[in-house]
Amino acid sequence: MLDAVPSSRPGADASDEPVIKLAVLAVGGQGGGVLADWITDVAERNGYVAQSTSVAGVAQRTGATIYYVEMARDTGRLPVFALSPSQGDVDILIAAELMEAGRAIIRGFVTPERTTLITSSHRIAAVSEKIEPGDGRASSAKVQATAEAAAKHFIAFDMEKIAADNGSMISASLLGALAGSGALPFTRESYEQAVGAGDRGVKASLAAFGASFDRARGIAGAASSETVEKPAATETGSGMKAKVSGPENLMQGWQQLAARIDALPAAVRDMAMLGLKKIVDYQDIAYGGEYLDRLDKAIALDNADRYGADHAYALSISAAKHLANAMCYDDMIRVADLKTRSTRDRRVRREVGVKDGTVLQVTEYFHPRIEEFCGTLPAGLGSYIENRPKLAAFLDRRINRGRHIRTDSFAGFAALWFIGGLRRWRRRLLRHKVETAHLERWYDLALGHVRQDYALAVEILNCRRLIKGYSDTHARAQSKFDRVLSALDLVKGRDDAADWIRRLREAALKDERGDMLDGALKTVASLGSDLEN
Amino acid sequence: MAERSFAKEVEKLRLGAGEEFAGEGILAITKALLQCGVGYVGGYQGAPISHLMDVLADAQDILGELGVHFEASASEATATAMLAASVHYPIRGAATFKSTVGTNVASDALANLASGGVTGGALIIVGEDYGEGSSIMQERSHAFAMKSQVWLLDPRPNLPSIVKAVEDGFELSEASNTPVMLQVRIRCCHVHGHFIAKDNKRPPMSVADALDAPRRDTGRIVLPPASFLHEKEKVQKRWPAAVDFIKSRKINEFFGSDHGSVGLVMQGGMYNAVIRALQRLGLADTYGDTDVPLYVLNAVYPLIDDEFLSFCEGKDAVLVVEEGQPNYIEQAFAAMLHKAGRGTKLVGKEHLPMAGEYTGQVMLDGIGSFLRTEAPYLLPGEVRAPNKSGEGVDTADLINVVPGRPPGFCIGCPERPIFAATKLVEQELGKHHIASDIGCHLFSIMPPFELGATTMGYGLGPASASAFNSPDAKRRSISFVGDGGFWHNGLTSSIGNAVFNKNDGVIVIVDNFYSAATGGQDILSSRAGNKTKSTKHPITEAVKGMGVKWLRHIDRTYDVGKMQDTLREALTTDEKGPKVIVASSECMLNRQRREKPLVDKAIKGGERIVKPKFGVDEDICTGDHACMRLSGCPSLSVKSLDDPLRDDPVAHIDQSCVGCGNCGEVADAAVLCPSFYRADVVHNPSRWDRFLESARRSTIGMLQRRRESRRLTFADA
Repeated sequence: MLDAVPSSRPGADASDEPVIKLAVLAVGGQGGGVLADWITDVAERNGYVAQSTSVAGVAQRTGATIYYVEMARDTGRLPVFALSPSQGDVDILIAAELMEAGRAIIRGFVTPERTTLITSSHRIAAVSEKIEPGDGRASSAKVQATAEAAAKHFIAFDMEKIAADNGSMISASLLGALAGSGALPFTRESYEQAVGAGDRGVKASLAAFGASFDRARGIAGAASSETVEKPAATETGSGMKAKVSGPENLMQGWQQLAARIDALPAAVRDMAMLGLKKIVDYQDIAYGGEYLDRLDKAIALDNADRYGADHAYALSISAAKHLANAMCYDDMIRVADLKTRSTRDRRVRREVGVKDGTVLQVTEYFHPRIEEFCGTLPAGLGSYIENRPKLAAFLDRRINRGRHIRTDSFAGFAALWFIGGLRRWRRRLLRHKVETAHLERWYDLALGHVRQDYALAVEILNCRRLIKGYSDTHARAQSKFDRVLSALDLVKGRDDAADWIRRLREAALKDERGDMLDGALKTVASLGSDLEN
Repeated sequence: MAERSFAKEVEKLRLGAGEEFAGEGILAITKALLQCGVGYVGGYQGAPISHLMDVLADAQDILGELGVHFEASASEATATAMLAASVHYPIRGAATFKSTVGTNVASDALANLASGGVTGGALIIVGEDYGEGSSIMQERSHAFAMKSQVWLLDPRPNLPSIVKAVEDGFELSEASNTPVMLQVRIRCCHVHGHFIAKDNKRPPMSVADALDAPRRDTGRIVLPPASFLHEKEKVQKRWPAAVDFIKSRKINEFFGSDHGSVGLVMQGGMYNAVIRALQRLGLADTYGDTDVPLYVLNAVYPLIDDEFLSFCEGKDAVLVVEEGQPNYIEQAFAAMLHKAGRGTKLVGKEHLPMAGEYTGQVMLDGIGSFLRTEAPYLLPGEVRAPNKSGEGVDTADLINVVPGRPPGFCIGCPERPIFAATKLVEQELGKHHIASDIGCHLFSIMPPFELGATTMGYGLGPASASAFNSPDAKRRSISFVGDGGFWHNGLTSSIGNAVFNKNDGVIVIVDNFYSAATGGQDILSSRAGNKTKSTKHPITEAVKGMGVKWLRHIDRTYDVGKMQDTLREALTTDEKGPKVIVASSECMLNRQRREKPLVDKAIKGGERIVKPKFGVDEDICTGDHACMRLSGCPSLSVKSLDDPLRDDPVAHIDQSCVGCGNCGEVADAAVLCPSFYRADVVHNPSRWDRFLESARRSTIGMLQRRRESRRLTFADA
């Protein structure tokens, strides 16, 4: 790759007008074209000649798109402008989403000697990031860190939020950030005139522009180390402070459970408290007691032989987390209970933005099958039906169909309210029996390994993360869980046994059917034969 | 109704002599056509030329005032055949389409038109969709110009140059009795710039005048013996006339010094990128002034031997900057030098890549390499022996982080549920051979659907599955075609072919009421009224007319269950012959643009309006993302919960949701999970609505209070 001459940079020749090169990388539909038009307009208002080009949006639905603007002071002669950005030759790079900033850096449009990089720090997940059964999202931190090193000036904050807060589109807050950055020699007023020349949503656009301008101005003025916005620290252990209320007798029971938490090793308390609340909220005080009883087994192992102190109570913390999730399995009762709470009603109203004077109607999408039906029957009756395939199939034909239930209507609500009320009998139902047996097997398996291999025991507990979803998805998750743990016998006794189980679990979260997992399992199997040799 | 309205911009088409026009390239081309007194214009949409068609459609009043006939042609072949009006009559005509795909379709008509030649100027404006952002195979229009012997203009990419090229093109066409192609690259079509306008001209002869006084000349018809004479006429008369015109009118341009031991020859469209490279090498200023001799080919076919040879006079080496392959121009110049016995060294693809777009970096590298080899003394010291500046940041890590972002279905797209249903049917019946077609529905080949094995051309989806028709097969092929492709070519080439050859496959016609992928233009089966076009012709009637017996019509594609059942039936029925499913729902992008302002107005006006939106109960969602593997909707995304108990992000639907219903239908059909809900907000509720709501809310509230008073409540739950 050939480098350009530094002295051929704009301004090398005193008589030569420098050309300012600006590229906008956006996701289709973000209004990059509007932004490019505004920038061109601002330049022309300031006595510049400007040229903008794009590979416009007709076939670009939601794909990555580039808009490109060049400008130079008007001297009466027409400069020769390029039609697309070149590597190492961009003065201002505006990215409308964080990964697009990353893409700009990869493509060489951001150079430490010259480029001001202005990016919104928000994320729009690409399809590839969304379809992983686990967390497939790209690392924002890595892009932020590289961007800081790659750009001469780096301005990043959530411009999408500023736009939304002001009822406008991100193009307006991006323009505000550009103006605030001072990267172009134009006044704030000239930008505002360009925005004002539009015919729709001018007021909201100007508000978003202004808010973003101030924010960028602040960052541009600050020391370079402060240019990167740190994400707001999440309040860890917020659960500890949350208020609990209820009838007197239940509160007494709760206090006793809470007292048991206080007696736990400090490192475990936060997670145990969160778990306990989930459990009690799911079922009742007694179920909370069962949870703590189970947790105590892990803590006892941690306390014995100083395992816990050596490993920062990793086993107990993992147990506290995954026991809670395992005991709160997702059954029809839980779904119905959650969907009929007043807090849920309030959340939906908030999310949908229901205003006074409007009426909200909510439709729920259910598709129960014979499995869910039997799970909600008393254990004996449920197993009776399940053991008779013809009967089960007969019933399934009557049950298995999509049901759209209106929870704003009394009948729909009451039906779910009734199912939610089955909570009281949950312990006697088939699903509970199945889930409890599964839980015991898993938990015993994990705790049984503590003495030989502490880390492996923790990883076995963590495999609980694999179990999620409903119906077929749940069955697939169960199968992945079983397949991961099937490798236990192969890796047991190796120094890196825990690592292998972790790797298998991560592979299982990569795709739907577990193809990656199967591949990883084959590798593990070959390890086994190595051991034998 | 097209996606983008040019209703305001077309007013610029009325500018008169001396006034300054400011706007996009395609609008400038339209203005140039009117300034040239064009009599009729036709074309077919497709990037980057869609907007030119949309501009013309929005400019029909202005065209009408000038007596210019405009047609949205059925295909590129139709558009080119339309130029037949210039064969016998001195009427200027223009056709426009996307190249090279459109030129492929048009080439039959093009060859016939070129053979007989024209009397009135015939201009074919092709939008080159080459390089970054292109959605088609990478080929050159140049080959079409050579094989049919029509002239090809490739002007410098600025507004004054392309406007001049339109004017030159008509005159060149008339001077040489040959149709002329004018090629504009995608960014040039969308470039924003200025030029000084001239007055619009009424065509001296209109199509109406021609109809009143018909003419014919057997000598212009492609039939022996005339066709044998045409070939001779092409080389003996038309070619020399074209060369004379290009030379005398100085269509090609020379820049830089008259002397110099090296020079650059380039296609006009490459000029700005060449200058940028020279600027970066310290050899040109902002305005393109340079000492390096440049020969700019605004006409790339035919080439002018003596112009080129005189440019080479006294030069040791000349670089040809020619994008794409094969390198026809370089080969032609090499032959000229060889035959003239010249010693000038001719290079091109040695320094520049044979294939791929000539981006800024490629151009800088290539021209730099040429100059360092042939004329190093021209270069400043820093370029000859650069002090390696910092290597910049290492992006290797980043490449693994940043996800690809190919285009996909829009929010609420009615085609998404069709492919969700197809995926579900494949889960039941196994994988099938699926043939895709051109159009938005081709996004099905991308994640999360990953359906479709080939795409062979517009309207050719079912045709491309025609070999997969065997009495021994246990599985049928599935093929897709859009409504745009169906009317373009699919009705005969795909449906008619399948009926005639007793194809047993399944054909899905994706009907979204528009030619959506090209920007939402109306077509025959569009359901909206159109002032100037005849619409509302159902696809089902056409298919029946073709003789299809097994036909199902789904009038709401969002019904995933029904779509799934219909597909299953089509794949398993005993009935012979093609199984055709017409799946219809309006393009959501167009629908929103049409309905949103109306809905907002109705709400303001106090009408009762129900607005749907979907949501996810985050405590019910387990973060498996099965729903996203059947959707990919931009408004359905992932979100982290502030809950240390949960490892994986949950599904979340943002404010951009249009409430199409796909989420709920898919969750239902695929038996996914009960976390989706639809929230219908009733604006301006009636008194009955309000009465019902208050009654319901009080009884529901009672039940809620009753339960919640008997359990512990966690404030953050």
